[in-house]
Amino acid sequence: MLTLSGVGKRYPTGDQALADIELSLPKGQVLALIGPSGAGKSTLIRCVNRLVEPTQGSIRLDDQELTRLSGGALRRARRSMGMIFQEYALVDRLSVMENVLSGRLGYVGFWRSFWRRYPQRDVAEAFRLLERVGLPHAIDKRADALSGGQRQRVGIARALLQSPKLLLVDEPTASLDPKTSRQIMRLIRELCAERELAAIINIHDVALARQFADRIVGLRAGRIVFDGMPQELDNEILTRIYGEEDWDSAADQAEPEGGEVVAAESVKHKREESTRLAELKPAISGGGV
Amino acid sequence: MPVSTTSDGTPIWQRRTSRVQWLIFLAWLVGISLLLLCWKVISDNTMWVFVEDAGRQGSDLISRMTPPRWEYASQLWQPMWDTINIATLGTALGIALAFPVAFLAARNTTPHPLVRSLALTIIVSSRSINSIIWAMLLVTILGPGVLAGIIAIGLRSIGFVGKLLYEAIEEIHPTPVEAVSATGASRLQVMNYGVLPQVMPAFAGISVYRWDINIRESTVLGLVGAGGIGLQLNASINLLAWNQVSVIFLMIFATVLVSEWVSARVRQAII
Repeated sequence: MLTLSGVGKRYPTGDQALADIELSLPKGQVLALIGPSGAGKSTLIRCVNRLVEPTQGSIRLDDQELTRLSGGALRRARRSMGMIFQEYALVDRLSVMENVLSGRLGYVGFWRSFWRRYPQRDVAEAFRLLERVGLPHAIDKRADALSGGQRQRVGIARALLQSPKLLLVDEPTASLDPKTSRQIMRLIRELCAERELAAIINIHDVALARQFADRIVGLRAGRIVFDGMPQELDNEILTRIYGEEDWDSAADQAEPEGGEVVAAESVKHKREESTRLAELKPAISGGGV
Repeated sequence: MPVSTTSDGTPIWQRRTSRVQWLIFLAWLVGISLLLLCWKVISDNTMWVFVEDAGRQGSDLISRMTPPRWEYASQLWQPMWDTINIATLGTALGIALAFPVAFLAARNTTPHPLVRSLALTIIVSSRSINSIIWAMLLVTILGPGVLAGIIAIGLRSIGFVGKLLYEAIEEIHPTPVEAVSATGASRLQVMNYGVLPQVMPAFAGISVYRWDINIRESTVLGLVGAGGIGLQLNASINLLAWNQVSVIFLMIFATVLVSEWVSARVRQAII
């Protein structure tokens, strides 16, 4: 359903974030994208809905070439790709209902959305989804009044209200505690099964990835270094993805340079983050009126 | 690098290198010399005979101002009301014009860099001219009266509100904007859902703050004929009716106090 071929991304600063990405995602498959910070996971899923412009290759969703779309056609294509974010990316000062309904923005005209007069069908669906994600009581609250797990549920409801074919999920659990993380992953998993959605989930937590994904793709320095079943993921492959590390022993036995590697990676990640934000401007203005 | 090594190999860290240290010293030296020089020039150009009897002149003025001629207040209600109207309507005009300009001027919402520089030019030119100068120009064009005052206040407010608002827009959190864009929303919808809610508190605060400033500014617009209480102030000074001037001063003071209080309350309610 989703096919990426030869996709590459080079930031204007010269950083090659992605190179030669070949990936094909069938309908209904949940794919976990793992890899060290700065490996290009966020860039990859943002290339799909063009929040980041890929510089090479082609991305096709159901026979539609996404990389060449612009203006209204790009906006229509974005409707079928729901996105879920690490920091939830809700609009804090809007109510939960407004945040969920914003998932329909691609379908309603400006003035309807401005006066918050959404079609009754959309509103009914929003109620149903809030019920489904377990937040029927929170409809009238402001988004910033919710806890992390609740906010992520609102984010999920917003993405699903788009009636997407594909979910792009960026570190959904990175800001959540272990229990909530599992609940959120389970919810995403169930919703994908109910609606036959394909999903790409960026995730740091290898254990969660193993448990909730149909397929795991490992990214390192912008290239795919592993593509297989969760059960194939062993220590050798983890090393191929993340670099040398003693995966089994506890802290007192581990190699001393582990800490340095982590520090260097996080610096790189920050740099990538800032170049990504610099790229955001065209994403905002690229939509046309 | 402020890190160096002594002969016995101990690494030493200082806050600044000695080069930077010297440059800072030099900057202070130049600054203080300039201050003393200016001091001397000003002092040479001052006629000290006038300054010497400043105390006597001051107390003389105060004695002529007191007691205030309270009956005069009855003639001031109408101009005071005009003054408040000039400030309020002028602020409303300024906000209405500044709002779109700010969105065109903010780096993350502008449609094109050229539009952005145009919007920034509007903001700078509005800010660079004081409202009393705008009023002088407008009185020449439109004739004396309240209208010139309202437009003068409005024109000056565009720059102030526009600048603070576009800075607020540039500081918004980008991920909600990203999220709204990802739903397939149009540009205007992204502004309405992703940007506007985030800048609303800043926008409200800036507007009330500007209204508060404009109350003070509009009290002097009458000096150039642009309506409001400044007209009476000018007339009273020309007549040397200092006991009326003191009534006007007290009235302005009271109004400004009230406007400060109102704006503080409104800001508290919004944010």
